[in-house]
Amino acid sequence: MGLFDIMGPVMIGPSSSHTAGAARLGRLVRQLTGGEIRKVTMYLHGSFATTYRGHGTDKALLAGILDMLPSDERLRDSFRLADEAGIQYTFIPTDLGEDYHPNTVKFVVETDTGVTHTVIGASIGGGQVLIREIDSLQVRFTGERPIIICQHEDHPGVIAGISTVLYEAHINIGNMNVDRDRGRESHTAQMYIEIDSLPDKGLEEKIRAIPGILNAMILLPVQE
Amino acid sequence: MKQMTAKECLDRAEAESLSLGELSLAIESENGGSMENSLDRLSSMLSVMEAEVENALTAPVLSVSGLTGGDGYLYEQYRQKGSSLLGQIPALATAYALSASETNAAMGRIVACPTAGSCGIVPACVLAVSRIRDISWEKVLEALACAGLVGMLIDEHASLAGAQGGCQAECGSAAAMAAAAVVEMLGGSPKAAFDAAAIAIKNQLGLVCDPVAGLVEIPCIKRNVGGVSIALSAADLALAGIESRIPFDDTVDAMNRVGRALPAALRETALGGLATTPTGKEMQKKVFGNG
Repeated sequence: MGLFDIMGPVMIGPSSSHTAGAARLGRLVRQLTGGEIRKVTMYLHGSFATTYRGHGTDKALLAGILDMLPSDERLRDSFRLADEAGIQYTFIPTDLGEDYHPNTVKFVVETDTGVTHTVIGASIGGGQVLIREIDSLQVRFTGERPIIICQHEDHPGVIAGISTVLYEAHINIGNMNVDRDRGRESHTAQMYIEIDSLPDKGLEEKIRAIPGILNAMILLPVQE
Repeated sequence: MKQMTAKECLDRAEAESLSLGELSLAIESENGGSMENSLDRLSSMLSVMEAEVENALTAPVLSVSGLTGGDGYLYEQYRQKGSSLLGQIPALATAYALSASETNAAMGRIVACPTAGSCGIVPACVLAVSRIRDISWEKVLEALACAGLVGMLIDEHASLAGAQGGCQAECGSAAAMAAAAVVEMLGGSPKAAFDAAAIAIKNQLGLVCDPVAGLVEIPCIKRNVGGVSIALSAADLALAGIESRIPFDDTVDAMNRVGRALPAALRETALGGLATTPTGKEMQKKVFGNG
């Protein structure tokens, strides 16, 4: 808790959770999915499902998808701007179940290369957001600290390889989670690691080069 | 970080001859933020505040839902004619609070302080006082830091969220923050600033959060005006040397307990209070259909 948790953010009204948080969530999803977005379907859960129109939650989510910050005055015109950019968008009120925060959105995003990503995240109050799931991998990404997401062969030594690379880069691990891909014969696992400092540009390549790592992506904090 | 109390802040401010704003900036830099960066951020917030408090005064600004708007413009016309019952500072602050809150409801750019729904109170009080009493930009930034410190103390010991503590947590906290900031700008002591904040909290204890249709409009916009009146009168008492008989830390404790005792229907769920009056329900239907 610091001064700027109380003062700010600078934002487009009317609600830090239903507008500013929604815009941050949309923008995080854009960053997570990489590439240009061609089509996005947003399933709105809980309070978002019932009050999204009055709070401009729909405009804010789409503004984030268009890479706008919560303080961008063009946020109000995001529908028109998305139309102009040729991005298809749909909002569907839904019920994701009790396990989800009342202000949760499930994004199904299709990029211009035809890849589909599913991201689930919530606006948890005061403009803060939490990404819960990326393409069925459970995460806890707030957009405040960098995270590493990777897929690896499920055998000994791979995690040690990553922690060695991080140790050599003097990067501390704040939080990590490893999950085996169950129900598949793939013998792979997924992992997310929250780190305390900004990584150098080459880190992603170094992690990818570790034997047993199949894919890795570093998500940086949202710049505002 | 361990939880601070106002008493500890006061002891330190007095021992080191700091204003609460200076103390707030010192604490922020001890926790890793540089002083220069903090002042830059506050300065850019102050610029946004300057715009938001005047945005809805020169022409009517309507909310996205269509339920509210135009009141800042109406009030400013009336104020300009010299009709206001209030003195120069409270009348200007009233206009400013309406403008900021209407700008928020119209999806304009505002500074949440502490929340978007209560965004009008701190800028209205701070800017009305600073303009009429000719306070420097640097002093206003310190006053905002002072407001932030008061908000932090409330957040640590009670809540700033209407969903948890009712409107006393939002407009009540904003009024306490504004009252302390005004006292600091006008040269009152750190103790007087906390006294003003305590008086402001006492005058909004128990205020419920009952937004019509769940929107940040009715009664939020006018409660920002109420918060301004309470903040300015509380600051006035403290500047006159009047103490709060109940100290700030105790008022926050009371606020916390009162907030917990509020039924959920009166904590931002739109299931009670003004939201469920016949008129409130009618408005809900108008905006969202029968949902």
